[in-house]
Amino acid sequence: MEESTKGEGAFSRWFNSKGWQSIIIGTPYIWLFAFFFLPFLIVLAMSMAWNVGASPPFKFGETWPYLNGNNFLRLTQDNLYIRAFLTSSWNAAIATVLCLLIGYPMALALTRVHKTTRNILLMLVILPFWTSFLLRVYAWIGLMGSNSWFNKSLTALYNTLAPDEWTVRFIPMMNTNFAVILVTVYSYLPFMILPLFANLEKLDLTLNEAAMNLGAKPWQVFKDITLPLSIPGIIAGGLLVFIPASGELVIPSLVGSASDPMIGRVISDEFASARDWPMASAVAVALLVLLVFPMMAYTYFEGKAQSRPEEAP
Amino acid sequence: MNEAGHAKDNPATATDGFIRIENVTKKFGSFTAVDDLSLNIRQGELFALLGGSGCGKTTLLRMLAGFEAPTSGKIFIDGQDMSAVAPYDRPVNMMFQSYALFPHMSVEKNVAYGLKYIGLPKKEVDDRVREMLDLVQLTPLAGRKPHQISGGQRQRVALARALAKHPKVLLLDEPLGALDKKLREHTQFELMNIQYKTGITFIVVTHDQEEAMTLSNRIAVMDKGIIRQIGSPTEVYENPNSRFVADFIGSINLFEGTVIDVSDGLVTLDVPAIGKPIQARADKAVVVGSKLNVAVRPEKISITRSKPDKARNAYQAVVNDLGYFGKDSLYRIQLPTGTVVSINVVNARRAGEHERVAQWDDKVWLSFDPSSVILLAE
Repeated sequence: MEESTKGEGAFSRWFNSKGWQSIIIGTPYIWLFAFFFLPFLIVLAMSMAWNVGASPPFKFGETWPYLNGNNFLRLTQDNLYIRAFLTSSWNAAIATVLCLLIGYPMALALTRVHKTTRNILLMLVILPFWTSFLLRVYAWIGLMGSNSWFNKSLTALYNTLAPDEWTVRFIPMMNTNFAVILVTVYSYLPFMILPLFANLEKLDLTLNEAAMNLGAKPWQVFKDITLPLSIPGIIAGGLLVFIPASGELVIPSLVGSASDPMIGRVISDEFASARDWPMASAVAVALLVLLVFPMMAYTYFEGKAQSRPEEAP
Repeated sequence: MNEAGHAKDNPATATDGFIRIENVTKKFGSFTAVDDLSLNIRQGELFALLGGSGCGKTTLLRMLAGFEAPTSGKIFIDGQDMSAVAPYDRPVNMMFQSYALFPHMSVEKNVAYGLKYIGLPKKEVDDRVREMLDLVQLTPLAGRKPHQISGGQRQRVALARALAKHPKVLLLDEPLGALDKKLREHTQFELMNIQYKTGITFIVVTHDQEEAMTLSNRIAVMDKGIIRQIGSPTEVYENPNSRFVADFIGSINLFEGTVIDVSDGLVTLDVPAIGKPIQARADKAVVVGSKLNVAVRPEKISITRSKPDKARNAYQAVVNDLGYFGKDSLYRIQLPTGTVVSINVVNARRAGEHERVAQWDDKVWLSFDPSSVILLAE
């Protein structure tokens, strides 16, 4: 027995004691390094290169420091980028809030219905994913058009409510920020509902009974117990909607206003139409630094702050 | 059965109860959890609802708290019909089995929660919270979160939170269930002490007969949605009214017998399982020839090496098995008929293993007084 243990190599001893752990824990880091960090470094380097009319359409400087910050300077000076950035964050923020307002009651209802009904309803939440995303956006283009039943009924509703002198023939929905927000909310709603549901489902309903027993009316129970305990779910859902929505390209390109571009479209235009890869990279880096990093940092520290006391006792 | 309990406890029938449960039935689909149950509980009482799982005790508690509505029947608390009163408006607070402390609030905030919506001035709320934390000796932990304190401390927070509103009735769902033995004993006396100090009516739900007996003034033994017996712990233990109650509370030796003689205040029964007649004190009127259940508690039987002189009920038997528990020992003794009798012997003396009253396979005499015998009609 002892001999066979000795006979095994140092590698297998290392592997059995902690190697397999390191491999399992290390895999996501290797993945992140190879497919997030390295590409990001490439984009970062490219954002500080010069744009040239060649293939590839950029080159680095020939002398130290080989890079320049002109693109980032342009970002702060050109109104187009600042406006696109603001439009993106605004649209994404509104869409996130709307997703939360619509998704929260849905997620809460999902936790309160009978198990069989719940599974059917959950299926229905996920069902739209089975149809191509692009197809669904095109469907919205049809719905928002001035001759669609959707537009006509909204117009009729508006005309009955609004005073006579404000009567319109149709509501111009296509190519507006409204259209972008509407389609974004529609597309990203499941990403809000699912993490919220996962969070709300875990909550102990005895707590609600305890609060009610102590004199809290149903809405007070919600305000004092359910809502604060679901904050992790709200943050998770909010990030899952806000981050992709702020960089969204397809929706603003198809239904958005051309005069009010969003950041995703700016990146795409710089990259493809203007063939200014360094500028496109600079915008992408700025988006990441300004929007995504603060949120990732927030989630990281929030998670730490919440997990710390759990370990204490 | 509950009628019997009633008549004894509330001669004036159902009008003098602080809590009156009148013909309450609760059905879940086709399952009847509580079956036409009536019960009166007095003010300031420490009352226990005791029963196995599924006996309806928790359902009854939840109906008192207002989490479930009776299918039929009415519940009155302090003279007020509770039918239309929402859970948040009832003068009833509950200590949950899982404690149900709010994990995102400190101990202090948990205790203060019940005072949040009754419009007390802030100073009074603070005073009341301090008073409650003092009562359960948790003042130093006021700022901690529930997951930062021990199980026993959580239990006390739950108690303080439930008492803070000064409810008319405190419902306790298996209050000692999650505590270890040492802590249980301590907490049990603490609970009784707090009940005495506050004068609040306590209703304890438990499946644990020891918990029920030590905590309460009165016990209702429940089974299948009805009350089988109501009485003080002593009454229920020493004078069970049925095989079910006798068997449920404590352990008991149960035999079937036929009355062969009634004279001089003694009933003589022929008990085939014992092989010889048993004499019992005639607590109630019995007629010769009637079949009865004969029950004797294990601790009321003694074991001797030689035949006891004056014992009316003495039988020779062989020690089959014995278990030593420290403060007492359990003997399982086999009669010539094959029947095994359980006997508890208190280890009153410090004695070595070889000085025991009897060892395995020893021939011994077991004996008990006629007054120790319980006669049960059903």
